[in-house]
Amino acid sequence: MNIELTEATWLEDAGEISLARLAELSGLEETRLRELVDYGALTPVDPSASSWTFSAECVVTARTACRLFNDFELEPNGLVVVLTLLERIRGLESELKQVRARMPRMR
Amino acid sequence: MKYKDYYSILGVDRKAGADDIKRAYRKLARKYHPDVSKEPDAEEKFKEVAEAYETLKDPEKRAAFDQLGSFRPGQDFQPPPDWWKQFAEAQPGFEQHAFEDIDLADLFAGLSGHGARRARGRPGPIPGQDYEIAIQITLEQAYHGAELELDLSLPEYDESGLPRRVPKKLKVRIPRGAIDGQKLRLPGKGGKGANGGRDGDVYLNIVLAPHALFRASGHDLYLDLPLAPWEAVLGTTVRMPTPGGPVDIKVPPNTAAGQQLRLGGRGLPKTHGGAGDLFAIAQIAVPSEVTPRERELLQQLAAASTFNPRRHFEEKA
Repeated sequence: MNIELTEATWLEDAGEISLARLAELSGLEETRLRELVDYGALTPVDPSASSWTFSAECVVTARTACRLFNDFELEPNGLVVVLTLLERIRGLESELKQVRARMPRMR
Repeated sequence: MKYKDYYSILGVDRKAGADDIKRAYRKLARKYHPDVSKEPDAEEKFKEVAEAYETLKDPEKRAAFDQLGSFRPGQDFQPPPDWWKQFAEAQPGFEQHAFEDIDLADLFAGLSGHGARRARGRPGPIPGQDYEIAIQITLEQAYHGAELELDLSLPEYDESGLPRRVPKKLKVRIPRGAIDGQKLRLPGKGGKGANGGRDGDVYLNIVLAPHALFRASGHDLYLDLPLAPWEAVLGTTVRMPTPGGPVDIKVPPNTAAGQQLRLGGRGLPKTHGGAGDLFAIAQIAVPSEVTPRERELLQQLAAASTFNPRRHFEEKA
């Protein structure tokens, strides 16, 4: 079977996306996304702009938010606390990985 | 159709109340949710738990599930003859359906209970399902780029609007320069949309497999460079492996353990040109056995040397 080759694109290269597009890609409603911006879990490229755009990487946060919202039935404030803590854990995990890479391996 | 016992998946009694079901679900969700869990197979387990809860939390779907009868998990079964009449009569297309190759989850997703309503009988667009998949690639694949084949099982809607699992192979080109934790997107390669809804996307989370020699930190690579004590003191030239092929490097005299030798641009390539660096971390290796001649020479060195590696002990004491 001949399978067509799909080119994968880096999410961070996807440029900026509109609020409507972020809603479509994440599965979260626009009002819910606005709440996430209000609580500081998502930051538009220019928060003072009349229509917000987001870096494509926000899709990852918004999709996580959508899963947590649906699967744990979280209210917005709790959701933002969870998102913030998850981000911190991921940051620490990646820092730990970097420190481990720099340490000579034990023999 | 294969039977799944949603009650035993949630660990509740068949007579459990809605609150007990919710409590059991929340407990298991906290344990297995892929965003918060470190359990092995968390994703698979959570999928089962979420599927069970999706049906049991909805009174209509729960009643329909109860009426299926009780079978062993994994057992092939057919719903009782009057089952679809009772629960799916109002839903055109259901009766024409052969139940053999349908997933139990898709069957209940197709029933419009109090929960999320699906395509059936509704004209609104339904977006296709998005997928997030972790893929492990080797350091060599990250360095050169790679073509990978992925096996997915995607739901597609048939003419009656009922979703069916369709196995799909995807051949994907991973561009060079992938690093651990990066995300790739395959637009439109997820589940098919229905009624004009967009096709879903596939997101790939890159996981870099551990390598026998190199440790990656972003685009930089680290490598242990063991040196004999005399090589560290006198300096030497060593042939060192790099992902792009071996290179000869000069180790300067008096190289201490832990010192890093930097090879600019010999790390992982970056997406927009350039590359990380390769750092060789000097380690002083000692032979586990020495010949009588080596021992003799070392004893001579010990007697002649004035080097005191613990001078700072005395200074700080």
